[in-house]
Amino acid sequence: MTATNVARGVDRASAWFDVDKVRADFPILKQQIRGNPLVYFDNAATSQKPQAVIDAITRFYSTDNANIHRGVHLLSQRATAAYEAAREKLQRFINAPESRETIFVRSTTEAVNLVARCYGARHIGAGDEIIISAMEHHSNIVPWQMLCEEKGARLRIVPITDRGELIMEEYERLLGPRTRFVSIVHLSNVLGTINPVKEVIRLAHERRVPVFVDGAQAAAHLRVDVQDLDCDFYAFSGHKLYGPSGIGVLYGKARLLDEMPPYQGGGDMISTVTFEKTKYNVLPYKYEAGTPNIAGAVALGAAVDYLETLGLETVIRYEAELLSYLMKRLAVVPGVRLIGTANNKASVQSFSIEGIHPHDIGTIVDEQGVAIRTGHHCAQPLMDFYRVPATARASLSFYNTFEEVDVLIAALHKVIEVFK
Amino acid sequence: MSYFNELYQEVILDHNKRPRNFGELPEADCQADGNNPLCGDRLTVYLKIDGNTVTDVRFKGAGCAISTASASIMTETLKGKTAEEIERMFRKFHAMVTGKTTPSAEATADLGKLAVFEGVSGYPVRVKCATLPWHTMLAALHHSDDTVSTE
Repeated sequence: MTATNVARGVDRASAWFDVDKVRADFPILKQQIRGNPLVYFDNAATSQKPQAVIDAITRFYSTDNANIHRGVHLLSQRATAAYEAAREKLQRFINAPESRETIFVRSTTEAVNLVARCYGARHIGAGDEIIISAMEHHSNIVPWQMLCEEKGARLRIVPITDRGELIMEEYERLLGPRTRFVSIVHLSNVLGTINPVKEVIRLAHERRVPVFVDGAQAAAHLRVDVQDLDCDFYAFSGHKLYGPSGIGVLYGKARLLDEMPPYQGGGDMISTVTFEKTKYNVLPYKYEAGTPNIAGAVALGAAVDYLETLGLETVIRYEAELLSYLMKRLAVVPGVRLIGTANNKASVQSFSIEGIHPHDIGTIVDEQGVAIRTGHHCAQPLMDFYRVPATARASLSFYNTFEEVDVLIAALHKVIEVFK
Repeated sequence: MSYFNELYQEVILDHNKRPRNFGELPEADCQADGNNPLCGDRLTVYLKIDGNTVTDVRFKGAGCAISTASASIMTETLKGKTAEEIERMFRKFHAMVTGKTTPSAEATADLGKLAVFEGVSGYPVRVKCATLPWHTMLAALHHSDDTVSTE
């Protein structure tokens, strides 16, 4: 693409998306870092929070705070109503059929552990196989490894191409008589690959194998419809979705959640307790032992409201143009190797620069106010696949601008100058 | 001058580009592996020891500029030193890069070339890069078989 075309791309995006107006909603973006305006390109690690989310937390603790599902007093009723209203917002956000299938958890990581432990307890045995892919985050590897070790089961890995796409023929070959479960990432945190999860699920279901989808990255950057995907489980974290940390969602089909044993015992997850026998509560409370992160859930509801007000489809379209611009600019920086060049991508670009360690890149661009992630991104097997110790990664959000991409590119030229 | 030049001093960039004493030491008396899982830095330090004195030292591995330069300069510093001298030197080096000593001519005088790492104290997340070669070398010196990890 020529410079003129790139410039026209900027004009096109700014014509229908008022990024300055959106940026004003995020107080943290107004600051300077080491004398330069902050350029926040670490959105895949965690997103920044709009004022609406910050206000929701303040409002909850200032006016509605009480424990939920317990008191007969008005405050407890208000807190309970706010918490359950948030659940319904999240249910609609992913188009789950019923709110009882939307369980509040701490994070995507907790959701994977919950499913590995509770589904695995009854359905995985010696010699059984669990399929994951080569591009999984450690949190979608380790819980399954722990389960396999405990049960004598075997972890099978779907390989990927050099561009970072699943090799679907290999996946089909791996699906066999011993396959009991498939767990797959929707949007890769390192490669930005959007996996064909609907097809992955369809093929697994042909063999009556349930599928968990790790939506940690996807929930903020793709439209998620759990009924359309027909996934059995789907999980994401609030903090990558412009909400607070310490809150996340596990969606599961009621049929499966009902027959699985509980994850943790405690208050709220019980119906009756005697010292002889405890009867567990119904969904979703069966999986929400103890006082949950009430304010976190309420604020996550506010984050989803904010995103839907902006228009998720608008956001997705803008982020796609921004990513395309980033990839084009990065590709022509001398010595840069793009890692993750799948056809179907969103929001994330990893790269390396020949002869320069990613941590040195990260430190020097930070001096220019640019926050990128450097390291293995909790995906060491993927680093081994690309034969790199680590990568640099720029991950975008709708509040980022084309000008910020230019700042990153200039900072990378500075890196190259220092190490020339 | 922008601040990062205090970290990426010319000497550091030079040792990163052309590390000294790089490679295996076949006649080594002891060696140890070190890794920094956060960065993906990995290195091996080889020591040749006569009595209580280090007579030769080499390293190999891959890491960021700070860890490579730190390993390279460390190898230049150790030859002819006793275990006690080396440990005393490490304590001073460690205090300097973690910002526990006020930078002064006196504090860094006997650190010689190692003083170029003073700027590391301004970058707390990079301290491990500078100290990994030293921890690995000390593990070799004490014949520890375990891999050293900064995490």
